Amino acid sequence: MRSFQFDRAASTEQALKAGQSNQAMYLAGGTTLLDLVKLDVMQPERLVDINRVGLNRLERQDDGSVRIGALVTNTTLAQDNYIVQAYPVLSQALLAGATTQLRNKATTAGNVMQRVRCHYFRDNVSPCNKRKPGSGCSAIEGDHRSVHAVLGTSQHCIAMHPSDMCVAMAAIGATVHVQGPKGERTIDFLDFHLRPGDTPEREHALAPGELITYITLAPPLANSLSGYLKLRDRASYQFALASSAIIVQLQGDRITDARIALGGVGTKPWRAHEAEQSLRGQPANDETFRRAAQLALQGATPYRHNAYKIPLAQQAIVRNLQTLTGGVA
Amino acid sequence: MNDIIGAGPRRVDGRLKVTGHAQYTADHGLKRMAYAYGVYSTIASGRVTRIDVDEAQRMPGVLGIYHHGHFTELYRPPKMKLNPDKIDRLVKVDESRLPFEDDRVYYAGQFVAMVVADSFEQARAAAYKVKVEYKEEPALATLAQAKRVQSPKTAGSDYSRGDPQAGFDKAAHRIDVTYTTPVETHNPMEMHATTAYWEGDRLFVYESTQSVIVHRNTLARIFGLSPDKVELQSPFIGSGFGSKLWAWPHSPATCAVARLVGRPVQFVVPRPQMFTTTGHRPATEQRLRLATDDQGKLLSVRHESVNSTSFTDQNTESCGSVTKSLYSCPNLAVTHATLQVNHGTPTSMRAPGAAPGLFALESAMDEMAEAIGMDPLAFRKLNASTRDESKDMPWSSNHLQEAFDKAAAKFGWDKRTPEPGSMRDGHEIIGYGLAACNWDAMRCACEARVSLRADGTAYVTCGAQDIGTGTYTIVAQAVSKITGLPLEKITVQLGDSSFPPGPVSGGSWATASVLPAVAEATRDAIEQLKSFAIEDGPFKGADPKALEFTNGRLVKGNDALGFGHLLTTRRLSSAEGEARTQTADKSDVSIRSFGAHFVEVRWDPGISRLRVSRVVSAIDVGQVINAKAAANQVEGAIVMAIGMAMFEATHYDERNAMPTNNDYAEYVVPVHADQPPELDVILLDYPDYALNEFGARGIGEIGITGLAAAIANAVYHATGKRIRDLPITLDKLMDEVPQTV
Repeated sequence: MRSFQFDRAASTEQALKAGQSNQAMYLAGGTTLLDLVKLDVMQPERLVDINRVGLNRLERQDDGSVRIGALVTNTTLAQDNYIVQAYPVLSQALLAGATTQLRNKATTAGNVMQRVRCHYFRDNVSPCNKRKPGSGCSAIEGDHRSVHAVLGTSQHCIAMHPSDMCVAMAAIGATVHVQGPKGERTIDFLDFHLRPGDTPEREHALAPGELITYITLAPPLANSLSGYLKLRDRASYQFALASSAIIVQLQGDRITDARIALGGVGTKPWRAHEAEQSLRGQPANDETFRRAAQLALQGATPYRHNAYKIPLAQQAIVRNLQTLTGGVA
Repeated sequence: MNDIIGAGPRRVDGRLKVTGHAQYTADHGLKRMAYAYGVYSTIASGRVTRIDVDEAQRMPGVLGIYHHGHFTELYRPPKMKLNPDKIDRLVKVDESRLPFEDDRVYYAGQFVAMVVADSFEQARAAAYKVKVEYKEEPALATLAQAKRVQSPKTAGSDYSRGDPQAGFDKAAHRIDVTYTTPVETHNPMEMHATTAYWEGDRLFVYESTQSVIVHRNTLARIFGLSPDKVELQSPFIGSGFGSKLWAWPHSPATCAVARLVGRPVQFVVPRPQMFTTTGHRPATEQRLRLATDDQGKLLSVRHESVNSTSFTDQNTESCGSVTKSLYSCPNLAVTHATLQVNHGTPTSMRAPGAAPGLFALESAMDEMAEAIGMDPLAFRKLNASTRDESKDMPWSSNHLQEAFDKAAAKFGWDKRTPEPGSMRDGHEIIGYGLAACNWDAMRCACEARVSLRADGTAYVTCGAQDIGTGTYTIVAQAVSKITGLPLEKITVQLGDSSFPPGPVSGGSWATASVLPAVAEATRDAIEQLKSFAIEDGPFKGADPKALEFTNGRLVKGNDALGFGHLLTTRRLSSAEGEARTQTADKSDVSIRSFGAHFVEVRWDPGISRLRVSRVVSAIDVGQVINAKAAANQVEGAIVMAIGMAMFEATHYDERNAMPTNNDYAEYVVPVHADQPPELDVILLDYPDYALNEFGARGIGEIGITGLAAAIANAVYHATGKRIRDLPITLDKLMDEVPQTV
């Protein structure tokens, strides 16, 4: 078989040291990486198992925010009492993703690092700019109904980011803490994932050898309501065709503040700032919601098989807002 | 006699399965076993021009790499007509081209090479390093593409009566509509697998198959061996849905490489190739022309079906088979034709013909009812046939009208308001729809052996197999009925080609075929027991006919003798019975199963969400043998049909015919959460003794027929949108989808 070096790191320091070598990759839950290694799409020469380095604690900070260790599992995070109470949108997003078995294995940092589901990327044969830069994108003129984006696409790649958790984090606001050969640094969550542009092979802001250690959520928006609405063909175990993570702050029937992020439609977890802005100070009614939904998808590019995602994402916004604000007609 | 038939005992093999002790094909680890992994074509049409194995060959553990330039000679299995009285002699494959025959590539995911290595991982890694060069030719990816460049080729099974054109022309109401269904893939949970080894010129195989006998026969022909040189076992199967009826290329390929490397070899078809090299339900395009008089009586029905097939074989999806006889109509025609595409060869998939055929017919019946302004239930009841007009024979047992009535009453069809979109519940629009379901009843030859043993138990062998449906259990029930023994004293062994030949587990044939043979063999064993009994002891010299066998004992007057005791005292191991039973005599009646599905869907237009919330089905399959297993078959078929109606379609890239959703993530099948919250199966339970002494007709397929139409009809009732192209995905129901760039 194709051999690779396997290191089991006992500490972050050990992991970082091992992670400096060329073609090394960190192994957490493995729910993406091992799949892609088996498919021969990813071919790490060295795997650094970080499951024993600690980084598996969930800590509430004094300001109400939360520091989530890179290795906290999706199950743990979704079920944590404080997360359920202070960040319902995050718990709901996690539980809307994958299956119990996968969530038990999948980690917070691994979820952030998951790869796209584009068939042409995974088949290891078709031209794919992400897998083989410059070879072309097979999806744009090919099949792209379910797992391809309408926002943030480029002529080089239209694969959507498949995560639900990241959509909630994009709405909440978060900071990614990383350690690397040059020490520690932080990356704003919204800057972590990159649009494909003309370098679709670059998916995130990590430098080689850098390791995610924590993700810190912004403190919960005071007196807010939040929820995640995921739309898909079947009732469970499918990546979002469109989803919305929304946090809304109400005073009477007027919206004072809001956060909106979209899943299933973006090449990265998609924060809709303009749509949020349009909600502020407005009455919580369908007209307001529809205007926000329009703005959120304003720059969208429909492709042959996925144009329906534009109205579907708008529906995900409107219904989520309706539900959160008490079903205002 | 006891009341075990129709009861709902738990599966006799349930414990083995839930404890992991049931050994499936790939669970068999043999001494010195090697592993094979395939190299699959990455083009859908063309030729292999070069295979470079240099790097792969040098990788650790690699024992051999085989391809069309380096393989062993095999023989093609002959094309044989399926004769149900000689099913034990059948040889059959759907894809006649053998693996590695030549350099031709007919579909993506076709075997190009096979690597054998000491471990699975070594074989896979080496397979990735085999470099294949091709000369690619243009490929046809879809039925629509093939239609543009080919003329449909007649595919047989055509039928007509009366004058359909004249009937259509003079009718008061007419519809002319076309329905399409996509390629669907069986996707049994257990992947196809072969574990094979040779001892001299004898071949031993574990295979996940729906027929150990036909598969054995087929391998024997392919290797030029007498069937008694091949032994094939398939004691447990993780379902097949038709994809495991006949051998696919991996099976002879694995047997061949096992001989070439001189070691046992195991091969498991990877999930992506389950979509390419092991069959699928072909795509269909079906034109339905229906016409009625002003009272709603059908005057003309025409059902013309075209399905996709491969470039190597013609496989017909007989969509019109049900149309011939379900409804009464004097003027009727069904035709079948095929178009060639660059897919693997299609095969039977649960209710072949009837599943896509009834989607079209039962959608059209709704459209016809609407054109006349009739209630769709009343329209069907008015036109349901009272005899089989295609064979000009009475039905052996047809309770369709009762199925309609019972299911309608339980469902509450009378609460339906006909106007589309008129039933609402909060955000949701409710739609009611119904459809008839229908399936052929067949029985084929079967043999069985039954031993009544000195330890007081019975031991049954039959070369049928249990594909997960409960055959082990119903065989034990049949023996229990005749002997009076409790199920725990009856051991049933299936899935071994060395057993007396049994039927294919497909087509809903197994129950109707196996039980008569088992019953006959049991009675034969009892006769032998009686012959022992009259030699000596209390029954000495008695007329065997005067001896009764009840509750495991021979009885005459006040004398009774348990068979275990009898055998023990005579120092005999067992009383043996054997039987061969043939097909039913169907010369004077037509035997089919019937039923009705009633479906409630909920469409939430605000989030474009379609869900099936209720299904009530009344099914008439003759005598139910095991109430639990039978209901489970129908419930499972209904859930599978929800997939057919709303989710399932194998996609091929239109540019090169490469499959683009050949995995469990993107080929969407129903999950537990898609099961309707209310799923109510009513089994009418009228024994049909025309088919066999148990009155059972088989129950595997019928539940999947008609349901997609019932959903489509309910969707129309909810949304006002008539979707004639499966699956009914949310994007087809949305308003205002923007234009693409």
